[in-house]
Amino acid sequence: MADYAALKKGGFMRQKQKNNFSLRIRVVGGHLDAKQLAKVAEVSEKYGEGYVHLTSRQGVEIPFIKLDQIDEVKAALAEGDVVPGVCGPRVRTITACQGSAICPSGCINTYALAEELDERYFGRELPHKFKFGVTGCQNNCLKAEENDVGIKGGIKVAWQEEKCIQCGVCVKACREGAITLEDGKISVDSSKCNFCGRCTKACPTDAYDNTHGYIVSFGGIFGNHINKGKTVIPFIEDHEKLLKVCDAAINFFEKNANAGERLKFTIDRVGEDKFNKEILEAYENE
Amino acid sequence: MSEIKIDDTVDITDVVCPVTFVKAKVALEELDEGQILSIRMNDGEPVQNVPRSIKEEGHQILKLDDNEDGTYTLYVKKVED
Repeated sequence: MADYAALKKGGFMRQKQKNNFSLRIRVVGGHLDAKQLAKVAEVSEKYGEGYVHLTSRQGVEIPFIKLDQIDEVKAALAEGDVVPGVCGPRVRTITACQGSAICPSGCINTYALAEELDERYFGRELPHKFKFGVTGCQNNCLKAEENDVGIKGGIKVAWQEEKCIQCGVCVKACREGAITLEDGKISVDSSKCNFCGRCTKACPTDAYDNTHGYIVSFGGIFGNHINKGKTVIPFIEDHEKLLKVCDAAINFFEKNANAGERLKFTIDRVGEDKFNKEILEAYENE
Repeated sequence: MSEIKIDDTVDITDVVCPVTFVKAKVALEELDEGQILSIRMNDGEPVQNVPRSIKEEGHQILKLDDNEDGTYTLYVKKVED
């Protein structure tokens, strides 16, 4: 009898077809290099049915891998630096959009952050699945709020009067109506600003000082139940504090969750106040 | 701001994204380094996005006027690569 839980943990997803598995590949931030792709193609032709499935969370699966060839397949994949992924109750694939390294809209380096989170958490055993997603800006291509922990890049701006030519471009670039220009002076209403960075990206004279940071949401879920993750701290500037806050969320989950319970339901059961308090404590502690 | 001397004018109020930017870009290509183009565009999506696209192309934005008829005029100085 095959140990299905062990196989699932190792990224082998049992198919309807007896003794066939869809092999999940480890992918970080949606990147695979050419060498990995070539090996995946080769393995899918030799051991599968010559195709792959792209999953909804940037994963790649090779269907129709045979139970008795699993070790052989793993060895073949390793030659191309391809490692099986995970499924089951643990930290799943860290997803990311292309971020500021590639995309003009990006406010943070999403791929570097995804790699760091992968290094820190990937595969960690927990009471249930736990998903991280990293998106570069308010366009939210990566859908941050559907993850247990969603991270969205943002820019906090500060107007620099001496560089400003009062052209008014930023006033129109802002979609939140947060910027006004009166008597040659710009004011940014911080209660309306959503850190999208459109003002500073549009400014012809770079008259805004930029502070890059993170908007972090918790408790997102998008399966049988749907819930949009909620933000506890409006904007986190410091990278180390971001990691502390992520640690706090995952530790809260590990400590409090029942088996098979997603973060959203743990927060609901244990209390949002209690969860928020732990997050704020992690944020404020030096 | 009446000192801005305009070398050419383009109206992009008759097209939608992404042709708005393309039309402005083509008009800029006709100019020489340092010449000034005025671009008339609609309020909303064009005025939100076209100035930024022009900045990203490396040109210098001088001014944005509200024509108070639902359109704006952007003044751009051509900068060659």
